Amino acid sequence: MTLLILMVTAYVAGAVGALLFGEGAAGRGVASFGAAVGSGAGLALGLTAIAPGESGQMLILAPMRLLPLTGMMLRLDGLSAFFLIIVGLIGLAVALYGFSYSTAYEGRYSLRMLGAMLNVLLLSLSMQVMADNALTFLIVWEAMSLSAYWLVLTENDKGETVRAAVWYIAMTHAGFAALVAMFLLLSGGDLTASFAGMRENAAALSPAMRNVIFLLALFGFSTKAGVVPLHVWLPMAHPVAPSHVSALMSGVVIKMGIYGLLRVALDLLGSGPVWWGGIVLGAGAVSAVLGVLYALMEHDLKRLLAYHSVENIGIILIGIGSGMIFQSYGLMALASLGFIGGLYHTVNHAAFKALLFLGAGSVLHATHTSNMEKMGGLIKRMPVTAFCFLIGSAAISALPPLNGFASEWIIFQSLLGGFNIPKPEVAVMMPIAVGMLALTSGLAAACFVKAFGITFLAIPRSGEAGKASEAPLSMRAAMVLLALACVALGLTPFIVVPALGQVIAGLGHLSDIPVRFTLGLSLDSPNGFGRMSPTLIGAGLLLLLALVPMVMLLLRVNWKVRVGESWGCGRLGQTPRMEYTATAFAEPLRRVFAELYRPTRELTIDFHPESKYFVQSIEYRSEITPWFEKYLYEPCLWLVRLLATVVRRLQSGSLNAYLVYVTIALVILLLTARI
Amino acid sequence: MTGYLLEIGQALLALLLAPGLTGFIRWVKARLQGRRGAPPWQPYYDLRKLFGKDVVVSKNASWLFRFAPYMIFASTLAVTMIVPLVAAPLPFDAVGDLLAVVYLLLLGTFFLALAGLDPGTPFGGMGASREMTIAAIAEPTIALAIFGLAVGAGSTNLGRIVAQTLANPGGVINPGHLLGFSALFIVMLAETGRMPVDNPSTHLELTMIHEAMILEYSGRYLALIEWAAALKLLVFFSLLSNLFLPWGVATALTPGALGVAVIALALKLAALAVTVAVLETRLAKLRLFRVPELLAVSFVLALLSVTSSFLLR
Repeated sequence: MTLLILMVTAYVAGAVGALLFGEGAAGRGVASFGAAVGSGAGLALGLTAIAPGESGQMLILAPMRLLPLTGMMLRLDGLSAFFLIIVGLIGLAVALYGFSYSTAYEGRYSLRMLGAMLNVLLLSLSMQVMADNALTFLIVWEAMSLSAYWLVLTENDKGETVRAAVWYIAMTHAGFAALVAMFLLLSGGDLTASFAGMRENAAALSPAMRNVIFLLALFGFSTKAGVVPLHVWLPMAHPVAPSHVSALMSGVVIKMGIYGLLRVALDLLGSGPVWWGGIVLGAGAVSAVLGVLYALMEHDLKRLLAYHSVENIGIILIGIGSGMIFQSYGLMALASLGFIGGLYHTVNHAAFKALLFLGAGSVLHATHTSNMEKMGGLIKRMPVTAFCFLIGSAAISALPPLNGFASEWIIFQSLLGGFNIPKPEVAVMMPIAVGMLALTSGLAAACFVKAFGITFLAIPRSGEAGKASEAPLSMRAAMVLLALACVALGLTPFIVVPALGQVIAGLGHLSDIPVRFTLGLSLDSPNGFGRMSPTLIGAGLLLLLALVPMVMLLLRVNWKVRVGESWGCGRLGQTPRMEYTATAFAEPLRRVFAELYRPTRELTIDFHPESKYFVQSIEYRSEITPWFEKYLYEPCLWLVRLLATVVRRLQSGSLNAYLVYVTIALVILLLTARI
Repeated sequence: MTGYLLEIGQALLALLLAPGLTGFIRWVKARLQGRRGAPPWQPYYDLRKLFGKDVVVSKNASWLFRFAPYMIFASTLAVTMIVPLVAAPLPFDAVGDLLAVVYLLLLGTFFLALAGLDPGTPFGGMGASREMTIAAIAEPTIALAIFGLAVGAGSTNLGRIVAQTLANPGGVINPGHLLGFSALFIVMLAETGRMPVDNPSTHLELTMIHEAMILEYSGRYLALIEWAAALKLLVFFSLLSNLFLPWGVATALTPGALGVAVIALALKLAALAVTVAVLETRLAKLRLFRVPELLAVSFVLALLSVTSSFLLR
């Protein structure tokens, strides 16, 4: 309780302080300090809640009324505590990083709003996961969306930013409308009814109504999470925000979609027919593959990372979807495994994606560009950033022994249990999902070889990259913190997995059959299907890495190193123009998946007027077809514009006409309501 | 205790055998092509020579370039420790399963590709790009082949799969098993850079993949990478032979059984090596953009394998 009050006070103080102290270092300091203390308190609260106390039970804060008369209610259970930990961990790193990073904004953009809104966003994220009735949930949801909208708009003099912010706010409100409708149906019209009441109410609803509620929730939460095809706003909005905000948005804000989906589908509705899980699994698999495929074609570092968020949300949904399918067949142990895999990947993705965005921010800070084709050689000038980005890249590519591997392993294991499903037509979805998940992780590895290799390795491709310098202390500290989190989460699944088992134990009849996870070093899947220990793999790799050079020393191999030019087929002098570019790196995959990308090419060659054997300039332009924007959203926009022109006729501008509208509306209301 | 000793002995055996295996393939290939060829033990001489040479590092390269060979070697060696070569349920079985094997190999590939990009030459970049493309599209086949094996054996752990297949030998001739074998065989050719996908014996052709990435390496670094590549080939060969045809693998740790196991392993490796050598003499290298078609075929085979093991279970 003390921690909760401390958390709220710190965030509020940070927000108010940022507004009061204004633009200078004091304002930045107060905002960051408030955010850091708040998220630290949130992290502590989450951890104390999730750690088994003396009684072996989780701490669950009873429902409490936040402000009397407003009808707001908060409650903390396992699921809330888990997401609170994510908010706290990422919030802490982001606050630390933002202190130095926002220096660059001084005098150019409003630091007041940046600091205040960051605190408001963190506060609403923390309240979001604790909301215990629909009213609180919706109000905080809207506060979260709006504060994120402000933050996206920080660099508000750029056309690209404004366009992205408009897309974001439009999409998030489409989702919000669905959520309001969903909660109204679920609560029988009374938004102040507590979630406990809704849970009882939900059981009594007709199956058709439950289906409608589920579909509305899926739509509403998918727009927030950025599930294909509702993802288009995400690669626009995340890159244009300040980098620490991008980290918070990609790491945490989109996870609220996952939280909401779990809260409604698993907790409030309990369980549903098989096709619910099937839809979630399918949407997840499609998002994962399409997300990474579009990421491969991106050469803007931050947009690339944003597309990877689409991919990782997909992976999380694969886990959750398989869990839901198993749950509806009553295979509770496998269902738990699926949900645990999804949740594990949620925290892992938060850690490595925030880390990668912070790394990209440092690069942007140093080179003033996020175009990868202008980078290179940064590993020498920014060693700490490069090392942290390497850890993040390896983690997101699911390489052992880092955290991405642990969670993807669990998701694979749960999918492999698919042969237990009695119906072959459903069971056959599982191997297809396995194939898609494997393709995703392979492509992600390729994409991050590109992202890390082109950005940090070889020779600088521009003057800016050649003059880059390492990020300031607070930014480095934030990155190191998250890199440590990636390693720690990867090496300790024997702690994380049982804790997650507790988190979901009370939800959706999952506790009906006790699921045991061995606490040993190696991770057993509950049906004894597979065993693996990232801890031992990590230790073994370290041991071998030390042993190999030692043996080589003992055997007295030649230890001399000479430094020379790169070998270049006889040419002398190597220039950055000879290097492989990001576009060239992705070219083979673009050809392989040409059916999807449908690339357009435009080649203009300028010959010398005297002879066509001398080329003056070559211009090459290539774009890929944006399927969703072109064939899904453009018709929608066209329809909206058409409706708007029709509606505009009502707007005559004369007061008398408006009074008539008000009267008509009133009469209709009185006639229909008949109170 | 014997288990652990055997585990280490097994890894050492693999380390010792690996260069010979590569040499043997080259020798058989030379004979099939009517050349006399270098003796099978030539790679050992090569390694010794490379370990004695100075290392030349590009001035553009960073620490990553010098760290990568150790990482590649260590990750491949770690995989060797998990894979059952001569005896089946060994203590390290609980450390990693087939998925861990796949991702550990991907770890090596990841660093190799990064090292290819590091010196900033176009060859390295080209190799890295192609290697990652092929690795990525081979991944689904591997995962599905694992799925098929795991469904059959009830586990993804290698030791259990071997023990299970030994317990029901009839399972070896079921269609799922055979389809899975062919799928994994194609993937093996792609992953280890063998003929229809990559040409292991060329340098400086625009078609090469693996050799392009390691072009800047010399001395002990090159030795480590070459050795790791040979080890990777051996790992894939023993996966193919011991998971699909596990006969000879010792389930009891008696000297007799182990002796039989070593001989059986050598025979199986030799048989696969001859197959690969024959394939490499008979087949021309595919164009790079035809490789995905080959891998798509292997994916379909793997999917059929899983489906049939679902239906026939």
